[in-house]
Amino acid sequence: MPSALINVPRHAKRGEIIEIKTLMSHIMETGYRHTANGDVVPRDIITSFSCRFNGAEIFRADLFPAVAANPFITFFTVANDSGKFEFEWIGDKGFAETASASITVE
Amino acid sequence: MRKQDQSTRRRFLGLAGSAAVLGSVPAVTLRPAEATPATLASAIRNVVGGAVVRTGKVKLDLPPLVENGNTVPMTVSVSSPMTPDEYVKSIHVFNEKNPQPNIGNYYFGPLAGRAQVSTRIRLADSQKIVAIARLSDGSFWSTSTDVVVTLAACTDEVI
Repeated sequence: MPSALINVPRHAKRGEIIEIKTLMSHIMETGYRHTANGDVVPRDIITSFSCRFNGAEIFRADLFPAVAANPFITFFTVANDSGKFEFEWIGDKGFAETASASITVE
Repeated sequence: MRKQDQSTRRRFLGLAGSAAVLGSVPAVTLRPAEATPATLASAIRNVVGGAVVRTGKVKLDLPPLVENGNTVPMTVSVSSPMTPDEYVKSIHVFNEKNPQPNIGNYYFGPLAGRAQVSTRIRLADSQKIVAIARLSDGSFWSTSTDVVVTLAACTDEVI
């Protein structure tokens, strides 16, 4: 099962503002919960998300424990050229995931 | 006799309730720089430094009444043309009563097209949420909204 879901329109008109939706499967453990023995459950969250288009960064986010599990982020961009969006999630315990999506601009 | 007592009591409570509502609304709107917990203030200072933060331009969409604090939909947007000369550099969202004051920092470029981001957040209590935007000309704009949470996100839950 893929851990990331990306929703990018396949085609767009030049200059159109398009919406990009991303969902990453992750527990986002806050580090403020504890077990019945009183041990704190260590923090395990995604700390950073970024989106690049043809190598140039268009959106970036810092995430905190206040972000709900399975972080869902939507944002916008201007479709000027055809190309490839690259998404990257980085988190605690060496978590690193990437995904990509292509768009054709007419 | 007894019936009459009840009706006056009910009427009195109704009047007191509406008076409380009327009284609380101006108290919220007239105090944009209301004293907030120290952690929230210091988190905001970390972002804006000593700059003046003006109210306006930013729009924060949150449900006013939240049933489940574990996943609360949030949309924050800033009115800006988003051209290379004039765009929103970043939006920072803070809370008052979660264990940590930060909710998210969102960074945009001129290619973002629209300064708007939607996500889902956790809220541990009924509280005030503050959003601050940094524009490309160096100015800061903010807005805040109050949210009532009926089931809090379980930050100290035993599992």
